[in-house]
Amino acid sequence: MQRTIVQEFTKGIGSENPIFRLVLGLCPALAVTTSLENGLGMGLAATFVLLCSNTIVSLIKGIVPPKIRIPIYIVVIATFVSITEMVMAAYAPDLHKALGIFVPLIVVNCIILGRAEAFAGKNGVFRSVVDGLGMGTGFTISLCVLAGIREILGDGKLWGYPVMGQSFEPVLLLILPAGGFFVMGLLMAALKMKDMRTAAMKRTQAIAEK
Amino acid sequence: MDIKIIFLIIIYSILIQNFVLSRFLGLCPFFGCSQKLSSAVGMGLAVIFVMVLASSITWILYTYLLDPATSVMGFLATDGVAPDLTFLRTIAFILVIASLVQFIEMFLQKKVPPLYRALGIFLPLITTNCAVLGVAVLNIDGFSAIGLDGKLTFLQSLVQGFAGGVGFLMVLVLMAGLREKLELETIPESMKGIPVAFIMGGLMAIAFMGFSGLSI
Repeated sequence: MQRTIVQEFTKGIGSENPIFRLVLGLCPALAVTTSLENGLGMGLAATFVLLCSNTIVSLIKGIVPPKIRIPIYIVVIATFVSITEMVMAAYAPDLHKALGIFVPLIVVNCIILGRAEAFAGKNGVFRSVVDGLGMGTGFTISLCVLAGIREILGDGKLWGYPVMGQSFEPVLLLILPAGGFFVMGLLMAALKMKDMRTAAMKRTQAIAEK
Repeated sequence: MDIKIIFLIIIYSILIQNFVLSRFLGLCPFFGCSQKLSSAVGMGLAVIFVMVLASSITWILYTYLLDPATSVMGFLATDGVAPDLTFLRTIAFILVIASLVQFIEMFLQKKVPPLYRALGIFLPLITTNCAVLGVAVLNIDGFSAIGLDGKLTFLQSLVQGFAGGVGFLMVLVLMAGLREKLELETIPESMKGIPVAFIMGGLMAIAFMGFSGLSI
């Protein structure tokens, strides 16, 4: 089943969204989404690494011996993560400090190794780049949605600017680890409800057509 | 006092700053491996083993090869001062962890096949467990909550690896117990599976927050 190029890109945002559909990359999703700025920063960093590693893995897929391909992919990913680490420390030190240990932990982000193994290792360079862009964009958008909810309701701010007015009492819990779990769980439940509704509609449509 | 620091590391790593519920490390196996108590226990014990070994090997590698202050690579530079290779930390650590897990896999497959079959796909997944690489990096970055601002000593790193793993095992077992009980209850269809697991994780996180006021 060959997808069009546009579908390769949009699947990462919708039907194969890495956080909400594939349930990968949970650690940064809950840890850095305490503010929109951090969520966006992490999303962009991970997208950069994903793009570069998908490109390289797709380029070398012909000459990599299958038995040791995973360690080789890991080295490729780790190289780009090290580059990202150093660039971030030099040009965005506040973000680097806010993200803490989750910058080097991008290397064990299941999304990146997962796409290298499942897609870039078996597809051409152009499709791998588009796939990486799509997955990275989906990851970033998901992080921003999570971070936006947590920052607005848990801090009364968005991107550091107060948006909720004077009389708003922020729900501090949402900024804490427990809040991350709750927001994620409720979002997943909402998504599942929507899925069940779509499936039910499709069933009634199929019966009506008979 | 050295014994007090060791004790503090243990208490903090297991309770006050639990690796899963406070630091957000090891979430994928926390939600993926916790449906049954037996697989949770197996995964937790394997992770403790890997975390202790990874802590020790990465510490030795960092201290004697990468860190210019204590490196033995002085012969590489013209002025006798070892080169600062700390930027290779991420690559070196993840390679160590990947090789370690590979060796353990091969060893188990040959010597203890039932355990190898029981762990199944979860053993190679320990490579991408944030907790393993996380503890290796935490050993180098220091533990500011208890006043250790620089790199931990070898013994302290071992203890943090072990205690972090124990904390991970404990939380995994708790979650597995809860989820097994939940199988017998009626919950809304849209909450079944992952969503209710997240809610339970959140409740556990709130419970563990109670330890944060602990002052020793």
